[in-house]
Amino acid sequence: MSESPARTPGASPGSHAEVTTADRMRRARRVGFATIVIREFSRIMRIWGQTLVPPVITATLYFIIFGNLIGSRIGEMGGFTYLQYIAPGLIMMSVITNSYGNVVSSFFGAKFGRHIEELLVSPLPNWLIVLGYVTGGVLRGLLVGLIVSIIALFFTHLHVEHPFIVIAAVLLTSVVFALGGFVNAVFAKNFDQITFVPTFILTPMTYLGGVFYSISMLPGWAQTVSKANPILYMVNAFRYGFLGRSDVDVGFSFAIMIVSVVVLFAACVWLMNRGTGTRE
Amino acid sequence: MKALSLRQLSKTYQNGVHALKGIDLDVDEGDFFALLGPNGAGKSTAIGIVSSLVNKTSGTVSVFGHSIDNEIEAAKSCLGVVPQEINFNQFEKVSTILLNQAGFYGIPRPVARERMEYWLNQLQLWDKREAISRSLSGGMKRRLMIARALIHEPQLLILDEPTAGVDIEVRRSMWEFLRRINEQGTTIILTTHYLEEAETLCRHIAIIDEGRIIENDRMSTVLRKLHTETFVLNLRAPLRAPLVLPGYRVSAPDETTLEVEVSKEQNLNEIFAALSVAGGEVVSMRNKANRLEELFMRLVEGRDVGSGEPVAQAATP
Repeated sequence: MSESPARTPGASPGSHAEVTTADRMRRARRVGFATIVIREFSRIMRIWGQTLVPPVITATLYFIIFGNLIGSRIGEMGGFTYLQYIAPGLIMMSVITNSYGNVVSSFFGAKFGRHIEELLVSPLPNWLIVLGYVTGGVLRGLLVGLIVSIIALFFTHLHVEHPFIVIAAVLLTSVVFALGGFVNAVFAKNFDQITFVPTFILTPMTYLGGVFYSISMLPGWAQTVSKANPILYMVNAFRYGFLGRSDVDVGFSFAIMIVSVVVLFAACVWLMNRGTGTRE
Repeated sequence: MKALSLRQLSKTYQNGVHALKGIDLDVDEGDFFALLGPNGAGKSTAIGIVSSLVNKTSGTVSVFGHSIDNEIEAAKSCLGVVPQEINFNQFEKVSTILLNQAGFYGIPRPVARERMEYWLNQLQLWDKREAISRSLSGGMKRRLMIARALIHEPQLLILDEPTAGVDIEVRRSMWEFLRRINEQGTTIILTTHYLEEAETLCRHIAIIDEGRIIENDRMSTVLRKLHTETFVLNLRAPLRAPLVLPGYRVSAPDETTLEVEVSKEQNLNEIFAALSVAGGEVVSMRNKANRLEELFMRLVEGRDVGSGEPVAQAATP
């Protein structure tokens, strides 16, 4: 290894001996958070064939089959064409799947490859690590949601009744499922366990959450069961932002989303502090 | 100031394994410290607790005065860790790994780039900065982990078997590098199974066995506790007459090699004199085992360090 001039810790390029511990901590948090987010976003773009292309193909097929071929025979739903009705649901389905999928695969991959230790030994607090990964998931969710929205415009006109509600609903939903993906990744011990929840829980709940139909079409007991599904509230809040129509109370929907964010974030930080799935 | 201070540190795993049984350990600032022990002794558990990768069961840990219980961020800022196993993202480029690690420690990107260039040059990896880390050789991966641990200029560097599996040339260049950064002020704690490495580099040593510290002193003091050494003598030709060497334990693996155990009270002159009488001509001589290795084996095997009582014996070729 090459010879170097004599130097002391903290004397390398860019060292600032006068920087206080508190300053260093604040800077570490700001730069550290940005580093996690940039790393996550770079990962999304690096493996775009796995992260961005599949939802585009899936959404296009949905719009062609359910929207054009079958939808034209269904007729209107709540005063809108079937394609206009399902478009918000399909966008939300993409956001949910991708927000969840990004965090669960990225965080579990870091655990599996042991490079999560790079973060665990660093001075970044656990809440910031959670926030960084969740932001990565939200970025992918929103990016895919935007792409699917653009695809929808090729098939139908997207009228936006309440833009703020659209943004708030998609953002909160994305955060909820990114946090859900984090919890899944924390507990997962193998790759089977990161596909179990999306396949056997998330997908059925999404399909039964009013993406393709209004629950007013269901018998009474099925409506009651559907109302126990939190995704129903998210899809309907989002649809309300577009169409001004919802099967459930929008205020209650936002309450569910906000409470979910708070509870799940607290759970993620608690699990990280406890070391569940990350420390022995 | 103590770079590291452990008090009554204990760890019991969920499977019931009691890996650490209340160890106390102090490492002075600026020291080069060896933490030795057989596999499963508790070395990696202790390092894991200090670096926050393992939860402790009880006891306290402080790094440069910062407790990991209530000043964890300050404690972690002082610490750089080179783990035993490869733990970087093997799909990322060398430069990305270092820049990200710098970012986790709050080092702005322009400064991180300067430091990356400096440390990669120091560790002879600059030419590999754009390589995917998976493509590096074993020695390069170890050096990359050292560069990563140093990117935030830690005051305390902990290396868990950094030279395991690397060739002798790379190992010796790593020794030089570590000695240099220690001289420049970085406190180093090293675990290794190469006891020659510990003896060459370290000024203090602690030996841990079955979760307890069984030796903790200056290297020179510890080595003085070794009462006997075994020398291997290579002869030019077989002895012409029987070797008479009362009080020494002598064995002959073959007709031109002798192994003689010499205690502190004995001397080599007597051996050479006896060999002259027996018509032996010594062409070379060496220690059978590294001195620290010999001491280590005796401590770990539970033998009394000073138990090398000479046995009156005369070996003949």
